[in-house]
Amino acid sequence: MADARSVVLGRIRRALADRPAAPEIPRSYDVTRPLGDLVELAAERIADYRAEVHRVTAEDVPAKIAELLAARGAARMVGPVDLPSNWQVDVAEWMIDSPSLTIDQLDAADGVLTGCAVAIAETGTIVLDGGEAQGRRALTLVPDYHLCVVRVDQIVGIVPEALARLAPTRPLTFISGPSATSDIELDRVEGVHGPRTLHVLITD
Amino acid sequence: MGSNPVTWLGSPVFPKAAKAALADTQLRRNLRKATHTIRDKRAKAVAELPDWEQLRLAGEAIKDDVLSNLDTYLERIEAAVTARGGVVHWARDAREANEIVLRLAREAGTDEVVKVKSMATAEIGLNEALAAGGIRAIETDLAELIVQLGHDRPSHILVPAIHRNRSEIKEIFQREMAEKPVSDEPRELAEAARRHLRRKFLSAKVAVSGANFGVADTGSIVVVESEGNGRMCLTLPEVLITVMGIEKLVPTWQDLEVFLQLLPRSSTAERMNPYTSVWTGVTPGDGPQQFHLVLLDNGRTDALADRVGRQALRCIRCSACLNVCPVYERTGGQAYGSVYPGPIGAILSPQLVNDMHDKQAASLPYASSLCGACYEVCPVRINIPEVLVHLRAEAVEAKGRTPESVGMAALGWLFADARRYENAQKVGSLARHLAPSGRISSLPWPGSKWTSTRDVPTPPAESFRTWWRKNRG
Repeated sequence: MADARSVVLGRIRRALADRPAAPEIPRSYDVTRPLGDLVELAAERIADYRAEVHRVTAEDVPAKIAELLAARGAARMVGPVDLPSNWQVDVAEWMIDSPSLTIDQLDAADGVLTGCAVAIAETGTIVLDGGEAQGRRALTLVPDYHLCVVRVDQIVGIVPEALARLAPTRPLTFISGPSATSDIELDRVEGVHGPRTLHVLITD
Repeated sequence: MGSNPVTWLGSPVFPKAAKAALADTQLRRNLRKATHTIRDKRAKAVAELPDWEQLRLAGEAIKDDVLSNLDTYLERIEAAVTARGGVVHWARDAREANEIVLRLAREAGTDEVVKVKSMATAEIGLNEALAAGGIRAIETDLAELIVQLGHDRPSHILVPAIHRNRSEIKEIFQREMAEKPVSDEPRELAEAARRHLRRKFLSAKVAVSGANFGVADTGSIVVVESEGNGRMCLTLPEVLITVMGIEKLVPTWQDLEVFLQLLPRSSTAERMNPYTSVWTGVTPGDGPQQFHLVLLDNGRTDALADRVGRQALRCIRCSACLNVCPVYERTGGQAYGSVYPGPIGAILSPQLVNDMHDKQAASLPYASSLCGACYEVCPVRINIPEVLVHLRAEAVEAKGRTPESVGMAALGWLFADARRYENAQKVGSLARHLAPSGRISSLPWPGSKWTSTRDVPTPPAESFRTWWRKNRG
């Protein structure tokens, strides 16, 4: 008996006996768009998902982190290996992912602090790619609180601009607000399995 | 049911199922509320993008390119996934796909798998097949969980429990969960689901997912979701098994820029869904260290062979067509007798079953008023009315010679000649004496087939042609 692979490929070739010509793909959609002040738009759109957004200067980042963590009472924070040392403020005990933290350790933490790879202003989306100051995917998933620092040079306007900056072979996570569901009467409520609180610091 | 369990065994034909559904006033209230909420939101989300029509045109063309070169792109994604440490499996049908997943789960030494919501695995009846093999499948999407705990069937592509309102969901959770929800507030119900599934996520060894897109060039798989249950399944277990229909490909990474705009706005009417995960094979130190991709045919190649019907394979499962459909809004999804309800189900299910002698499948192309709202909202421009009419013709052909086909042939003969036509009209106008009131509500057989569901207006005293000849001729 022929193997499944050759049977399926054979069926496809028979089904396409008429070999419909592949169409020219009309790429007349926007690959960029004038959106005004991208930083302002990003802040507004991220906040639309009920994420809390703060804009601070680079030197004020540690103080703002300390203020937010203290306000939440977040005492045990998770961070990736390359988390900038001045972000590891004294108000919390820092659990750095080296050696790798267990799932139970992540679950016991009060939150996680990371940077990001790209942010999309129009959709209010943050993208993590496991690069600088982000760590592996589990870090930003298991803790119930995610504090993410976005630099203004990481903000692009629309989706095509973001994909052009990303390498698809890295593990990517696109985050638009805290976890949510529309499964009850098609109305959105925040807070299911992912972090239920998302705070974003936008800095220059 | 043939070898493809796309339709549920023993489901009645659509008109019969619809009649029962229409009598359920609670169901109609729930559906009306949900579909109208999402309709307005979708319209707003779409209006925000000045290039929406251009995105639709690109989406259509990219998917047509995939279908025209499906063999090439499948070989390409297979090579890319393999090169990145994944294992690719091919499945001719539901049974073969289920066997592959069952074997992989057993090899991982588990008796429980966590699942990301997936139409492909619902289509092949994976949960039932795993259960028969002694492995429990735990649905982790909120709506799938509601269906699973309610021992119910899905009724919508995106929100399988759309037919349930908050108080019904609360009752199901109170009956089935150890830690019961205290109110029917959606926030509290979501919280109950979180508590119920948390330990399962953190201890699961094997996850099963579907895929929204597979990138042929790079081997990257994309899952679009909201709750974070997807991320849990895709990130924490040691083994990940993804079942993907062979048509779910896009050629390149760049092509995703189109679909990551079309899908969320069409589906949940958001600028972007909360979470989208992209992974390529295995990444050392991050996520599952074993990745299996199961490429599923299960009738798709039959649909591909149909020059009109193959456009149904462009579908990205957004469910916008369900939400705008006047028939779906009234009957709900279960009346379609398949995991694929609504307008897209009415053209996809019969093609996947590929047997117009199957009365249930053959009744689905008639589950439409052909109003065309589905075509207007479809993000990949599937001309659903065109395919419905095409499939109706196939259904008629499969029936062979029936009183109706003989009658239609006779009418064809009558209408082909002007004199015969006019004489027939004169005879027809005599029928007005049957109903002086202006409506005929019951005709003798075979006319009773028509009047059992509607009235016939009485024919006018004279035809237009006669009137014209008298007054203007």
